[in-house]
Amino acid sequence: MDTDIGALTIVFTEFYYWITVALMFLIHIGFCMYEVGASRQKNHMHTLMKNTMLIPLVTITWFFFGWWIYWAFPGGPFITGGWGHPIPETAAAYLPWGESMVPRLDDRISGVFWAAFLLFSWTAASIVSGAVIERIRKFAFWMIAIMIGSVTWSIDAAWGWHYNGWMVEVLGYHDAYASGVIHAIAGGCALGVLIVLGPRLGKFAADGTPRDIAPHNAWLVCIGLFMIYTGFWGFYVACNVPLATAGFIDGQIIGDVQTATTIYLTPTTLSAITVNFLMSLAGGLMVGYTVSKGDAFWTYSGGLAGIITASAGNDLYHPIQAFLIGGIGVYLMYKMHFWVERRFKVDDAVGAVAVHGYAGFWGVVIAGIVLWGHPSSPYEGFAVITPWGQFIGAIIMFWVLGFIPGWILAKILQGANLLRIPREVELLGLDFGSMQEAERARQEVLNAEQATI
Amino acid sequence: MTTTPLDSWAVDLADVTFIYPFVGSEVIMVVIAVVLWIVWHIWQVKFENNTYKEDIEKHATSENLRKATSGEL
Repeated sequence: MDTDIGALTIVFTEFYYWITVALMFLIHIGFCMYEVGASRQKNHMHTLMKNTMLIPLVTITWFFFGWWIYWAFPGGPFITGGWGHPIPETAAAYLPWGESMVPRLDDRISGVFWAAFLLFSWTAASIVSGAVIERIRKFAFWMIAIMIGSVTWSIDAAWGWHYNGWMVEVLGYHDAYASGVIHAIAGGCALGVLIVLGPRLGKFAADGTPRDIAPHNAWLVCIGLFMIYTGFWGFYVACNVPLATAGFIDGQIIGDVQTATTIYLTPTTLSAITVNFLMSLAGGLMVGYTVSKGDAFWTYSGGLAGIITASAGNDLYHPIQAFLIGGIGVYLMYKMHFWVERRFKVDDAVGAVAVHGYAGFWGVVIAGIVLWGHPSSPYEGFAVITPWGQFIGAIIMFWVLGFIPGWILAKILQGANLLRIPREVELLGLDFGSMQEAERARQEVLNAEQATI
Repeated sequence: MTTTPLDSWAVDLADVTFIYPFVGSEVIMVVIAVVLWIVWHIWQVKFENNTYKEDIEKHATSENLRKATSGEL
């Protein structure tokens, strides 16, 4: 930090990402509330712990290999560049024993940046967590969480959410606030797992009609979603670079104007994303309320799905475009959720595949139409945004890196009899033993109190 | 061809203002959004009135009204 302005810029940038990490914690409180509320009483504490323990597991694996993958894979490898394209030394520095993974006075930002990405990793895993409640084994879910949180999303980010990702260069892939790179991939992974895992006992009648398994605390579910919206502010802001010069970007941009940018180093403003976040939330809430006839769960889910749909292009959309796109995405995802449930007997306990997967997929596709021809990158030779580039990108996110790995891992776990809890445990409830113990202890205390009378 | 004002970032940002797609369609977009907003309210008030009507027809029996006002429910 050799000048005052240089020092201020560094400290500001460090603090900026640090604040986003703290804000994004709210997403995870929200996910806990949402899943626990959605489960039946007999499963709620195990549901909490299943989701909670992804936090340390994804954290340590993000340190062991997830962060390295993000820096090692942008070129494919061997699509647009080798390992660590374009700067192999950076990838090497982010190996767990690497020189940028340690406290050092000449690097004040890497750890905070690592942490911001880590919170995205937790989010990817938490999205899958809700879909599979009440019947997946904790071991199985935690293996899936590590896979999506520290491997497959990291690959997809290297490919499509990196200033030198091959998908950006070759396809013009544009996904500023992660419709595809977090939400579609997580939704696709959840779907792959759900198809193998099977529905909860009693979910479908003999003729295939789905039954509603009611949440044990419906309003907690909704407030959890509201908390997720709040944490999502941190997510949006963490997706940006707060302040960059043309020199820092080192691309085709010239002049002295400094700007916020997306992860692709394409200019945007905090003002634009703030308004678009709110307008896409509004579109999602209004359509969610309408299609579900005022159902609280689907209205709140619609708000989230509205933001997710518009996220791919919220750095650029006009606010009314963000509003309309958010609404369109919610309509599509709501209809698809119930169609997939009926047609394929998929029991997605919280609608995660729809809210994240389908909304994310359509968000990427819609961006290809609405932003057609816009430059995806400030670097020469990168493709522009196109409908086909975005469609291929959406397929890669949802199916190639999402569904297929989820399905394969679930099959492996199923083959080892490690995927689903035993039938008797599912019928009793995961918390049955601890609830019995708590009741016994309660009676013991009551008896002791009575003995004092 | 590009839907936004830019087909390349080989620019001086001092010369760039609008970055959103379909510059020039702002008024029509506002008109569409306002119409949708008003339509939503019309739909909503009808839906709400129908909901109350159904609730009354299905549930507002003397027995239920008694239970609701006696603390039983």
